[in-house]
Amino acid sequence: MTVEKKEVQKQPASTPVETERTKLRRVFVPKVDIYETKEALVLLADMPGVDEKSVDVTLEKDILTLRGVVAPREYKGYSAGFAEYREGDYERAFSVSEEVARDRIGASVKNGVLKVVLPKAEPAKAKKIAITAG
Amino acid sequence: MFGPRIWRFGSLSDWVPEVQRLQNEMNRIFSGLPSPAPGNDPLINVWVNNEEVKLTAELPGIDPEKLEIAVLADRVTVSGSREPELLKEGETYHRSERSFGRFSRTVELPFKVNSDKVEAKYEKGLLEIRLPRAEEDKPRKIEIRSA
Repeated sequence: MTVEKKEVQKQPASTPVETERTKLRRVFVPKVDIYETKEALVLLADMPGVDEKSVDVTLEKDILTLRGVVAPREYKGYSAGFAEYREGDYERAFSVSEEVARDRIGASVKNGVLKVVLPKAEPAKAKKIAITAG
Repeated sequence: MFGPRIWRFGSLSDWVPEVQRLQNEMNRIFSGLPSPAPGNDPLINVWVNNEEVKLTAELPGIDPEKLEIAVLADRVTVSGSREPELLKEGETYHRSERSFGRFSRTVELPFKVNSDKVEAKYEKGLLEIRLPRAEEDKPRKIEIRSA
């Protein structure tokens, strides 16, 4: 039986302190295509192992964050022959410069590909500011 | 495999990951499984026991109809194509990182496979192929008669 050896040395923290995830799991950056149509910004992300229940898309201020959790698969009674890829979660964030209609954002997952449609907001109406003589 | 030693160079703990890696590599080489050529598409993981092989591959966004699996004796080939989403007039890419096109991968297995019993499933962008060992290839227990 092998016991995993843990580092006993103290690790200096970087300043400013980086935020870490609570789960000690591998995190990957999904490969992404983004294209712009007349009405929307469309994002496609390759996230194999993710379905509609395990993916999370948030838009806070102008930061769009994609998170996908992959349930680790265990093969009991098998031993690893060879492994070219490893499993892990997905995480990536983009700053969205376009004005987005927040209430109409749509996201779907099909065959491990996340699609997010960010419809463009109607151009804000120019507001005339009345100037009073003072 | 490596017991504790009385002599040390530096701190032994520094060597642990390196030794572990070497050990894994050795086990892999001597397990008789061929290592796949690097830089190929799709990436494949292989799980084995005496009865069967389980092969998994990450293939996001593929039409399962366009996926082909061919088994011949102790070789399995996975091929297919990934179709890009074609842009219409006036649409532009901000970034395009995902790969498209044809792919094909052949893996040599540690034993012959019963091709009639091969099962494959594709879900969440993951392909999983179960390849049971051919009956004639299984090790046979030899009865020893006492005289």
